[in-house]
Amino acid sequence: MQYAIRNQPSAKSMSKSDPNAPKRLAIIASKGTLDWAYPPLILASAGAAMGWDVAIFHTFYGLPLLLKDLEAEVSPLGNPAMPMKMPFGPDGFQKINWPIPTAMMATPGFNALATTLMKQTFKNKGVASIPEMRAMCVEAGVNMIACQMTMDVMGIKKEDLIDGIEIGGAATFLKYASENAMCLAF
Amino acid sequence: MTTLQADKELDCSGMLCPVPVIKTSKAIKEIQVGQVLKMISTDPGAPPDMVAWARQTGNELLDSHQEDKKYIFYFKRLK
Repeated sequence: MQYAIRNQPSAKSMSKSDPNAPKRLAIIASKGTLDWAYPPLILASAGAAMGWDVAIFHTFYGLPLLLKDLEAEVSPLGNPAMPMKMPFGPDGFQKINWPIPTAMMATPGFNALATTLMKQTFKNKGVASIPEMRAMCVEAGVNMIACQMTMDVMGIKKEDLIDGIEIGGAATFLKYASENAMCLAF
Repeated sequence: MTTLQADKELDCSGMLCPVPVIKTSKAIKEIQVGQVLKMISTDPGAPPDMVAWARQTGNELLDSHQEDKKYIFYFKRLK
């Protein structure tokens, strides 16, 4: 998370002293890699499970997360905090953080390998997949907003995206966020 | 420890955050107000999360305890 801004509630509506006031969450998803796809979807689905009104604004590289044909990958290149671990073998082996030279990360097929390993690790640990997380968000009534400008830039059409979403721009999202929503940007 | 009677049981063993919270919120809507839902989780993050969920949604956490590596929760649907 790069920025976390909590809106100041206006004095006449929601206040901290009223725990029963409806809670609203406005999330910006602007990154489309496998690792960055998780936080907005996890927080959105959890917020909906808490009975909150939740929206995710999918903009820039966050827009492809709404494609029917969803294929998020991860790259360890330029991602020095990402551990390189094996999802199989004895516990001690799985804990090894393999020192992969940066030059090797740039070789063809390395992203696909890293993606496969991360997906397998998450599956082994019991983490839902990105398509599953997205389906849970949609089912829970999270308002998925696709950025129209990004659609134009990337040449993505409405029919390329999953059903039940809203298409809008910056003003659409800001109007939602302005109505006493907590704001999270990824 | 009193044995609570559950009207519905939900096993979230092996699932990690946020799936137990999501499945619990769905399951509680499938029982009547006043009925009790039992939820089983193996996620060590579940105890604080389920307390927060119950407070936020206005459902009552009647009991929570640990049996071996399982965390057991009893929720009463209040609304």
